[in-house]
Amino acid sequence: MDVFGSFTLLLAFVCAVYAFVGGIAAIITRHPLLVKSTRQAGIATCVLIFIGTFSLEYLLFSDNFSQAYVVSHSNRDLSAFYKIAALWSGQEGSLLFWSFLLAVYVISVLIAYRHKNGELMPYVGVILAGVQIFFLTLNNFVESPFKTLANVSASGVLEPFVRMDGNGLNPLLQYPEMVIHPPNLYSGYTGFTIPFAFALAALLARYPGEKWIHLTRKWTMIAWCFQSIGILLGAHWAYAVLGWGGYWGWDPVENASLLPWLTGTAFLHSVMMQEKRGMMKVWNVWLVFCTFLLCILGTFLTRSGVVSSVHAFANSQIGPWFVSFMLLTLVVCFVAYVKNHDYLKSENQLDSMISRESSFLFNNLLFLVACIAVLSGTLFPVFTEWFTPSRISVGAPFFNKIMIPIGLALLFLTGVGPLLAWRKTSTDSLKRNFTWPLVFGALCAVLAYILEYRNAVSLVCLFLCGFVFWTIVMEFYRGGKVIAARSGMSLMMSAHELSMRNTRRYGGYVVHFGMVLIFIGLAGAAFNTDVQKTMNLGDSMKLGPYTLVLQSADTKPEKNYTAERMIVEVLKGNKQLMMLYPEKRAFQGRDQQNGTMVAIYSTLREDVYVVFAGTDPDTNLPVIHAFLNPLVKWIWLGGVWVVMGTLLALVPNRRTALVIAGATQPAASPVAPALTPSVNLREGHD
Amino acid sequence: MQNRAKFGVGIGVILVSLGFLAWMGYGESKTYYHTIAEYQQLQGSARNHRMRVSGTVVPGSIHHSAGRTDFALEEEGKILSVSYIGSDPLPDTFVDKSQALVEGRRGSDGRFVAEHVQAKCASKYEAAPGGDKPAASSPAQQSSM
Repeated sequence: MDVFGSFTLLLAFVCAVYAFVGGIAAIITRHPLLVKSTRQAGIATCVLIFIGTFSLEYLLFSDNFSQAYVVSHSNRDLSAFYKIAALWSGQEGSLLFWSFLLAVYVISVLIAYRHKNGELMPYVGVILAGVQIFFLTLNNFVESPFKTLANVSASGVLEPFVRMDGNGLNPLLQYPEMVIHPPNLYSGYTGFTIPFAFALAALLARYPGEKWIHLTRKWTMIAWCFQSIGILLGAHWAYAVLGWGGYWGWDPVENASLLPWLTGTAFLHSVMMQEKRGMMKVWNVWLVFCTFLLCILGTFLTRSGVVSSVHAFANSQIGPWFVSFMLLTLVVCFVAYVKNHDYLKSENQLDSMISRESSFLFNNLLFLVACIAVLSGTLFPVFTEWFTPSRISVGAPFFNKIMIPIGLALLFLTGVGPLLAWRKTSTDSLKRNFTWPLVFGALCAVLAYILEYRNAVSLVCLFLCGFVFWTIVMEFYRGGKVIAARSGMSLMMSAHELSMRNTRRYGGYVVHFGMVLIFIGLAGAAFNTDVQKTMNLGDSMKLGPYTLVLQSADTKPEKNYTAERMIVEVLKGNKQLMMLYPEKRAFQGRDQQNGTMVAIYSTLREDVYVVFAGTDPDTNLPVIHAFLNPLVKWIWLGGVWVVMGTLLALVPNRRTALVIAGATQPAASPVAPALTPSVNLREGHD
Repeated sequence: MQNRAKFGVGIGVILVSLGFLAWMGYGESKTYYHTIAEYQQLQGSARNHRMRVSGTVVPGSIHHSAGRTDFALEEEGKILSVSYIGSDPLPDTFVDKSQALVEGRRGSDGRFVAEHVQAKCASKYEAAPGGDKPAASSPAQQSSM
């Protein structure tokens, strides 16, 4: 099966090269048969990558310990669930997994658009094949996952060698979220290839702006959704497994996943400027290019170990390949831009500081500065090593100092932006739209103060959360009221109907609502407290309003590990709330490794987060480290809303001509009260 | 043109403020990476920087005592004595021969006083017999962040 897998990947490489070279010939000659055959070569490439990936999974499931990859990342006792995850737990497998996910996207695009966008698709096919060639080169010639173990015999001949068992999967990765977090994050990374291919193809083919922007926007939303889920699941994994009480540590790999998310989010906003007013075309194209390059950079940082990190893989061979590919991509983008930049000329200019356009402009500026700050902070050790004799890193204070004000400013714009009119907003409309949100925001801040969340930044954050929340409620209320008046439906049903008629706009608001919840959770971080104590059985410790009692300890043998559990009772006053079981796991394998399992009692108000931190070397008693983390649950809830909002935005609009015609009347425009109809505005759903 | 100037000022104010914050954050958190050999040759104010040093834990050198853990790191034949005084327990992967990254400052007696210790187990993913190269190393665990 290893030879078979290896062969399919080689064949996939050949097909990808044909799709690339033949595709260029097809663009030049415009021969229909050549166009068709290169598309089919592209589809064949994807199918062969699928077969190659399933071959590696087959080797993992059949415990084939003649294979170096299987030995390094699996063992006989590993459950089937984690044998799936073993595919992406090592360097070679994860690069194959990248190719696999990219192939899923590529085959979807090639099949879905086989009869559409005839002018554009040959270019798209060539660009996608180019990216696939790069990853298949790594899969075949640099980091092949199909390497057989061999010993040098006494006679100096290489002989195959089979191990009895494997080393097992890294304990840190043996956690359910680790099975779903990487596929999501990778689907985000790979997914941004599609908008990149459409944007570059459109630029090369000088394809009409309105068409490519629609295609690109949809695929960007899909990739963005996966990237968001991946980032949040990664944060949750760090919170629930690493046992340090936090969810975000500005680790290089975390930062790498945030970078394309920041530029992708900026693009999803600025694309509306292009749709509505024909502005920011150059900016949009470069945002898509940069997002793709940052995805490649993210993969490179994760895989190459260029920046010392808890995740990074050591001493990789792939660094120069990635750097070359990024440089080549950058050159291609730059040449395409220089050759065709006249096609990206802006059709309008900014009219006023207080307008929808300017809110988008500042939104994009902040996302870009955030991206540059995170990127420079992450690569700081690399830059300083290049340009100075020292290697200097920066830590959390650097990132927090910049990112907290940017985050708050973006939250402010989240509330303000949708209520501002295109071109120019009148003072009357400002008063009408912002009075109640400001009042509600102030009430939220007062409530937070009474509940003793007394920290300046957190209070500002909660004020803004209230402000944004009320602007969103108002948007649904006003639009819903119009539909209710015309159709006689209830307000709730009308709001639902409203959302279905303009899914992108109202899906966007649902995403904004999710972000509000996430910011509420982030505001809680200022009030985290923790206590650490060496405890005997029966001992107790105070943690805010809670009392933790170490009731007993036991040992629980499982299939692949043995867990040493502490049984901790949580009391509030004299009321028993629940039992928590923080544990240490000793994993079987060639080298015994340990893992920590945190136990969490989570409520909307706060999390009681208990870690069995180890054994005191002096007394041999267990050390319990307990954290009281307010409002963390809101982050995960917010994540769910962000995903639901994105899915809503991807649903096609329900068409109802009658009401839409009424709702766009300037005099009675409650759906978008601040929107001034203008000949400069185009069709589109914002 | 007037609009452009307004936008220019707005953007300028934002960039300057964020640049200032970045500079402050940099000053607070900058940490120098040094090899053990470099650390031992540091002179003057460079000795007072916040630093990160990595090495292999010398077998048998880990000694626990009340409130601190002493150990030694080795790299290219140079030895560095380290005292860990952080409140968090050391990571599970911190054992003899593991690769450790310590972060902290130089103590008055020349020992390295570590506030954070990261460790990864070096032996876990060493080259499989007959394998042509070491596979990926495991992610390190951190004592705190």
